[in-house]
Amino acid sequence: MMTTRRRRLPRIVSTILLTIAAIAFAFPFYFMVVGAFQESPTNSPSSLIPTSGWTIGNFAAIDSRIDLVGSLVNSLIFTAGVLLGTVVFGLLAGYAMARLDFRGRGVIWVLMLLVQMVPFQLLMIPLYVQITRNYGLGDSYLGMILPFLINTTAVFIFTQFFKALPVEIFEAARIDGAGEIRLLTSVAIPLIRPVLVTVVLVTFIGPWNEFLWPFLITKDASLQPLAVSLANYISNVAQSTANPNGAILAGATALAFPVVVLFIVFQRFFTATDLGAAVKG
Amino acid sequence: MTDNRRLRTRWWGAQPIGGLFALPYFVFVLAIFAYPLGFAIYIAFHDYFFTAPGAEVERPFVGFDNFVTVLTDQRVLDAFRNTLVFLVINVPLTAVLALVLAAALNTGIRWVSAYRVAFYVPYLTASVSLVGVWMLLFSGNGLINTILGPLAPDPSWLVNSGLAMPMIALYVTWKQLGFYILLYLAALQNVPKELYESAETDGAGALSRFWNVTVPGVRSATTLVLILSIITGANLFTEPYLLTNGGGPDGASTTPVLLIYQLGIQQQNPDTAAAIGMILVILVGLLSLLANRATRER
Repeated sequence: MMTTRRRRLPRIVSTILLTIAAIAFAFPFYFMVVGAFQESPTNSPSSLIPTSGWTIGNFAAIDSRIDLVGSLVNSLIFTAGVLLGTVVFGLLAGYAMARLDFRGRGVIWVLMLLVQMVPFQLLMIPLYVQITRNYGLGDSYLGMILPFLINTTAVFIFTQFFKALPVEIFEAARIDGAGEIRLLTSVAIPLIRPVLVTVVLVTFIGPWNEFLWPFLITKDASLQPLAVSLANYISNVAQSTANPNGAILAGATALAFPVVVLFIVFQRFFTATDLGAAVKG
Repeated sequence: MTDNRRLRTRWWGAQPIGGLFALPYFVFVLAIFAYPLGFAIYIAFHDYFFTAPGAEVERPFVGFDNFVTVLTDQRVLDAFRNTLVFLVINVPLTAVLALVLAAALNTGIRWVSAYRVAFYVPYLTASVSLVGVWMLLFSGNGLINTILGPLAPDPSWLVNSGLAMPMIALYVTWKQLGFYILLYLAALQNVPKELYESAETDGAGALSRFWNVTVPGVRSATTLVLILSIITGANLFTEPYLLTNGGGPDGASTTPVLLIYQLGIQQQNPDTAAAIGMILVILVGLLSLLANRATRER
């Protein structure tokens, strides 16, 4: 009797606590999505559950100022570039680090550890000088993608999982005369496919949400990803607009939507250990 | 012949093609991390300025001049002080809330995955989106002030110099918490069940079990949470840039990274900006060591 009560009470307290916290966490999203479809998003608590005034005009309103579709396409190109670089070069590097014996492997391993410790903010000024002035890549997709091209956390994850595969598979394939490229593409990669999905998802979020770097190097509005053009709208355009709130929420919804959908659909592939530094880029 | 081959294998490794596989990554790290890192240090110790492409100019070595300039600049000192305000609010709040909510999730309640989604989604969503929402919620005539009525602060939250930085700290706590909850949740799985059972037999209540079993049991996760939240706090840019409109009001929420942008790129003084970056990294390193030491097992 005593023990069951002792166990039930924390559970009830926990449920209450978690529910309050979950409401606090979810409310801004509710406010964002509902406001995005309202003619004039409310500021009064009595009309938080609107019954009328639904519209998709907010999306048209923000589209008329920042080219919503064009910005989404730019976000997609930026993200796809990073994904392609990370998957192709990351798999190659991870496979080499885990399964191949070659000169310089130790050096690269140390470099990988060091990269994790250098904050992007310290590199911001030199990278800006290097990419815009030395390489002339300001206002270009390549300049946007370059600093994120190969996600080191992804290389780490690939290395760990390639290492965990049984050595016999590789020995057998090598005896059969398979080259290393063939070994990688038709033996090793299929065996780590679930991890590949996780890495792709995690890598997707970084550039999709990234603001600082593309903000620094794109002055040309037609090249800006949505995070940058929405930020410009919020900080510059909104003040000169009569009713900007609906448009801001519509833009915010458009930027948040793909990531939230990916997360909910692929929930089981998101695990804390893999996510950590990867999202921080 | 065979001797020769063995020698070659010894030097290049059994599968030298691995070098080719890893080459793109190696070049990437050199070009995007190693070279800029060296360049950052070079800029910080020289009188560096932007020139037209191709122009040959002299950029003399100036020793610690840039560091002196930076450390005697009131804006820079304010930015570091603001960061301190941020850390004092954000770091303890993050660690406590994340651990309490993770422990609550771990009590075997229902709908765990629904709660997890709610906590995790802000972490995954772009800060630009969420800042937009918070701006509207906390604006002068926004929802929060409407609810508070006469209790609303004046000037309002984001334009009040005493509240701007605490608001950013609160926002970041909210945005990042889901990640730390998951970290703690993973750490909680490694706390031996027997410890709880024996504490219960000894008559320890829920609170006492939390304090004497859970908190020490997740010590290494706490170290990680502290260090990661210190790093996040030191690198704030998007939030002061957007939420408080460029570190306002009147510099009350300016952060070092925002200053790096303003001084280095807007006002074209990359040398002092690079010096701020180096000071920031050193301070973060020291704080992380401190956090590591404070949470170490005694």
